[in-house]
Amino acid sequence: MDSTQRTIQLLLKPGQHDGEGQRVAEAASRHLGLTTGRVQSTALYTVRYPVSDTQLRDFATHCLQDPVLHDVALDEFRHGAEYKSYILVAKLPGVTDDEGISAQNALGDFLNEPLDTHTQHIFSKRLYFLEHELPESSLRRLAEDLLGNKMINRFEVGPIAQIRDYTPRPGGGAESITDTVRLVGLSDEELVKLSKDNLYALNLEEMRAVRDHYTSIADERQAAGLPQDPTDCELEIVAQTWSEHCKHKEFSAVIKYRDADTGEEFEVDSLFKTYIKNATSEVDRQLRANGNDWLIKVFSDNAGAVRINPESLFVWKVETHNSPSAIDPYGGAITGILGNNRDPLATGIGGAKLLFNTNVLCFGNPEFNGTLLSNQLHPRRIFEGVRKGIEDGGNKSGVPTVNGAIVFDDRYAGKPLVYCGTGAVMPMQLAGLDSWEKKIDAHDRIIMAGGRVGKDGIHGATFSSIELDETSPATAVQIGSPITQKLAMDFLILATRRGLIKCSTDNGAGGLSSSIGELATISGGAVVELEKVPLKYPGLRPWEIFVSESQERFSLAVEPSKMAELLALGQEMEVELTDIGYFTSDGYLDVRFDGAPVAHLDMHFLHDGVPRKVLEAEWTKPTAQEPALPADLDYTDVLSRLLGSLNICSRESVIRQYDHEVKGRTIIKPLMGATGQAPQDAAVVRFNFESWEGVAVSNGILPRFGDLDAYDMSAGAFDEAVRQIVAVGGKLPNLSYGDGNFWSVNDNFCVPDSVYDPTTNPDGKHKLAKLVRMCQALRDATAAYCIPLTSGKDSMKNDFKADGVKISVPPTVLYSMTAKIEDVRRTITSDFKQADDVVYLLGETYDELGGSEFYQLFGELGANVPKVRFEEAKSLYTLMGQANDQGLIQSCHDLSDGGLAVALAEATFGYDFGAEVELPVGLPVPVQLFSESHSRFVATVAPEDVLAFEQHFGTRATRLGVVTQNQQLTVRHNGQTVISASTAALRHEWTNGPVNRIIGFGQHAEAQ
Amino acid sequence: MEGQQGINNPKTVQALILTGFGINCEEEFAAAYRLAGAEATIVHLNEVMHGHVSIHDYDILNFPGGFSFGDDLGSGVVLANKLRHRKNAAGRTLLDDIKQFIANGKFVMGICNGFQVLVKLGLLPNLSGNVTPEVTLTHNASGRYEDRWVRLKVNPKSNSPFLKGIDSMEVPVRHGEGRLIIKGEETLAEIEARGLNCLAYTDYDGSPTDVYPHNPNGADLNCAGLTDTTGQVFGLMPHPEAFLSLYNHPDWARRKRQNPGLSEEGDGLKLFRNIVEHVHSQRATAATQQEAHQFSS
Repeated sequence: MDSTQRTIQLLLKPGQHDGEGQRVAEAASRHLGLTTGRVQSTALYTVRYPVSDTQLRDFATHCLQDPVLHDVALDEFRHGAEYKSYILVAKLPGVTDDEGISAQNALGDFLNEPLDTHTQHIFSKRLYFLEHELPESSLRRLAEDLLGNKMINRFEVGPIAQIRDYTPRPGGGAESITDTVRLVGLSDEELVKLSKDNLYALNLEEMRAVRDHYTSIADERQAAGLPQDPTDCELEIVAQTWSEHCKHKEFSAVIKYRDADTGEEFEVDSLFKTYIKNATSEVDRQLRANGNDWLIKVFSDNAGAVRINPESLFVWKVETHNSPSAIDPYGGAITGILGNNRDPLATGIGGAKLLFNTNVLCFGNPEFNGTLLSNQLHPRRIFEGVRKGIEDGGNKSGVPTVNGAIVFDDRYAGKPLVYCGTGAVMPMQLAGLDSWEKKIDAHDRIIMAGGRVGKDGIHGATFSSIELDETSPATAVQIGSPITQKLAMDFLILATRRGLIKCSTDNGAGGLSSSIGELATISGGAVVELEKVPLKYPGLRPWEIFVSESQERFSLAVEPSKMAELLALGQEMEVELTDIGYFTSDGYLDVRFDGAPVAHLDMHFLHDGVPRKVLEAEWTKPTAQEPALPADLDYTDVLSRLLGSLNICSRESVIRQYDHEVKGRTIIKPLMGATGQAPQDAAVVRFNFESWEGVAVSNGILPRFGDLDAYDMSAGAFDEAVRQIVAVGGKLPNLSYGDGNFWSVNDNFCVPDSVYDPTTNPDGKHKLAKLVRMCQALRDATAAYCIPLTSGKDSMKNDFKADGVKISVPPTVLYSMTAKIEDVRRTITSDFKQADDVVYLLGETYDELGGSEFYQLFGELGANVPKVRFEEAKSLYTLMGQANDQGLIQSCHDLSDGGLAVALAEATFGYDFGAEVELPVGLPVPVQLFSESHSRFVATVAPEDVLAFEQHFGTRATRLGVVTQNQQLTVRHNGQTVISASTAALRHEWTNGPVNRIIGFGQHAEAQ
Repeated sequence: MEGQQGINNPKTVQALILTGFGINCEEEFAAAYRLAGAEATIVHLNEVMHGHVSIHDYDILNFPGGFSFGDDLGSGVVLANKLRHRKNAAGRTLLDDIKQFIANGKFVMGICNGFQVLVKLGLLPNLSGNVTPEVTLTHNASGRYEDRWVRLKVNPKSNSPFLKGIDSMEVPVRHGEGRLIIKGEETLAEIEARGLNCLAYTDYDGSPTDVYPHNPNGADLNCAGLTDTTGQVFGLMPHPEAFLSLYNHPDWARRKRQNPGLSEEGDGLKLFRNIVEHVHSQRATAATQQEAHQFSS
């Protein structure tokens, strides 16, 4: 053992239950078929700080040991005699080690002296002992599959007599070297190779544009004493700024669209401009014409902003974090959450207060039992890692995760989709200024706030813009530190209210390069002094410092006169603030290290020099037909199986591990009712404790309909999100003059590579045509409902390639919606409230079983995909708002996966009610029960309100039956009973479905 | 942090609520006191540690829930450590001040992570009186963090003014490390004998239970909260500050349907009303005594 290095080991006292050890043993047996015998888990802290023997012992016993639970061993690896093998799990150099840092804090407190925080002095590790003697290969497999991830952890394994320790030594000599990269005179092949080798993710045309730019400014650079060829940092900045992730080149491309069936052809001049931005402008025009001027900021900042009332703004952003989650699910998801939190936090001046998180996840089948491709993680592992990342990211930040969705489809087994959304509230005015505006003048200082810079996340922006393969780089992985960000968040809230910050932005993809590069467009330039940037450890080159995506950082613009007060506040709140340069107006991004030039880039070229793409799309309608199913189906059995199916079953085990009510403002949670098991449609959160105003939050996502028609899929997903909000009592916007009823929507497209290439992507044109159709539906939907988009994102290369196989996600779009709720006390939950209430179907059912969960049970897709009839839907939603004003609706549940039958069953789950239902004559029984036609609800009405309700809705409401006390769901048609089931049994099927089984719901008894 | 305006009206009961370093339930904690008629001041822990704010200007010191310092070394450990070891310019630790605060007859409340801090510090249950840890809170038996609603029964033997007149309540738990473990039979017997195990998880019938999920973490004595022997220091795992309004409850809509006249207040608010009223009456008594003293002199 290194003599300057001391080790503290914490072991559970004999008799204390080792839950972690037990879970490792169980998981090894269940998932890997390895018999470990008993497993003992211990914690190790390696101290690389000079302490005396007494100090070490006292620190260990007073600060680390729980005297009730732990024994302490110093400078040894203590274990019971019965153990034969060991596994040590340490972190690789530079990986975030919050536990080590916390121990370091504790040591500083204990010694009552400040420790040099530029060095990591304490490293946390886990050391496991296994009763059985397992071969090294099995131990390694157990370590890599269950205890850590080889991208972020270092494992030592073997027989217990030979325990090898490992402590990371990050860094290794500072190298402030800036190289130039030869571009001028390179051939096309060489340009492409250069881009690939350096992970620039730029195509030939873009590389040519860079080369030509440097050729054209050769004289100018020479005169300025700069090398003719670009520096490494300049190329990195260009690559990051021009990345698909940051520049949305495909959404800005010219697309030549052709319908192969009809021969129709047209050209789209930017999907974003045509279908998203212009559509929102048109909505805004209609809103303003009707006295609704609440749309404050769209598409131009980190998050969109709408006005709640004269005092406050609602800020709302949803993003994806797919590629990192495929490689390191935990790190990818937690970084996704924390990164998305920074968007509303750093909108305008900054300092919004986070109100809630929501997340939507798409995974492969977690019960997959085939062979995995190289570097492909098992879907179950991705699921568990992402879930844990969301738990820590949300819970530890004190932000409630109020709702979400999980969608399973085998095509997400390569790249999962991880959508993270965050809503926040911001005062309209901060220290007398409009909070949503970003203003910067030359000479304002650039302050980096929060975490430090390391090698983590280098190339994240470019990496997420390409497909994943076996060689994807480990440095692209980052682990978030919620506690570091919480400190920065608390600081930002206070500093903005005191008027100390002019504006702020987050350091996400692209790091300083992206944040300063974007802020500098406001003033017209910036000078950055990289030697001042605080590092986690030495050994980073200047370009690495500039593009690193180390987390929990903000860039702030601060007036020189406010610096002293700002720095004092940072010190008080223990948030590191560093002055790293200043803004200018000379049109250049000027990056230096110790005065030497690192990058000197014309901002105009940087932001507007990227060549426009021209892409081809061709649509052919897929051939599809309706299946012939047996005529004698037992619908009770079908309903039961649907409730236990992967896409419908309960998510309770996942939901309960997220804190959905911290802040005390969540009014409609994901699960409600006396049982706490009635699933809800949209979440409702109140803004504060002084008023009853609140916001409803919903998500619409229906990827499987896209296999039939991407237009209908997109329209349906939009409608799904709208109707979820309507179900809880939300009203459509702009129904009356100046009603102030804001809506704010984020669109998030996640598609496979849709750029045609005859060899590598032969169906690229078809995929792009799907994207065009998805966008067309979006435009039609926003226009129909007068609902504006306020922000969004696109992720264009969701493919996973390995061993010559490509797994591509189905084209997917998520619409995440929020709408104002005037009085949260008048919202409606989905569960039945009282026996004898009358049950209605609102809206119309069509013969639309195509893509349904019902067909899925039989392995069929069908053909008749549900269509949204916007006019009819809008008039129904308007009627519902009016009915709710009169208090006519007691419960309301939207119809989605599994149709009417599933919605009826779910509505009984809150209190074990039953229902007696008679289906109307007309459509065949399976269509009435399971069609997933849009814009429909099951609602219940108090007997005394039936007359008023029926008069109000007219033909839009179909009376189905009544709620009963008897825990029995009975559905009849034409005098025949078609479903007869105990609601307790149905709830049991739903609760014990695959999700709760896999995530291990309710293992309390076993763990005793 | 916007509540940082200092004391406005010294006649109202003053609650000091600590925040910073990962504490995250300070706003609803403050709302609870305000709804109960007190004045609530949220301050960053360092303002107290650095001596800019004195706890002695307040009647009730509050440790909210959250993940102080990320809970990386075990929940509440780093914060407890800081309170015990970190000295201010005058050479005093905050724990020295808290002991004085309690000796002065004032009140300390910790919820969730705040409860964990009080336990790790040894302020709860503090049978020995010398503030050393006697029990601990550790990982739930289920091994997982959970957010779910539970029913609590108040121990009739409890002398704590926080719980006066309350028999039972519903509240959410939201924790991964809420399992109370009591070291040794003697400690356990004494806690029981003195009624310091003031709150128990119960089943639907109101009987204390060790059955999951009614008892969400497998705590010894099915215990959800503790007081010290004076009853002035009170901590609990569940979140009463998350049930200030009827509309926090998962079954609010059905209950309101059944009983349209149902109070819009949540069960949790009662605790805060209790302690605020208690401090008021203490003051009134003190004032009367002072008056009496003036007359007699």
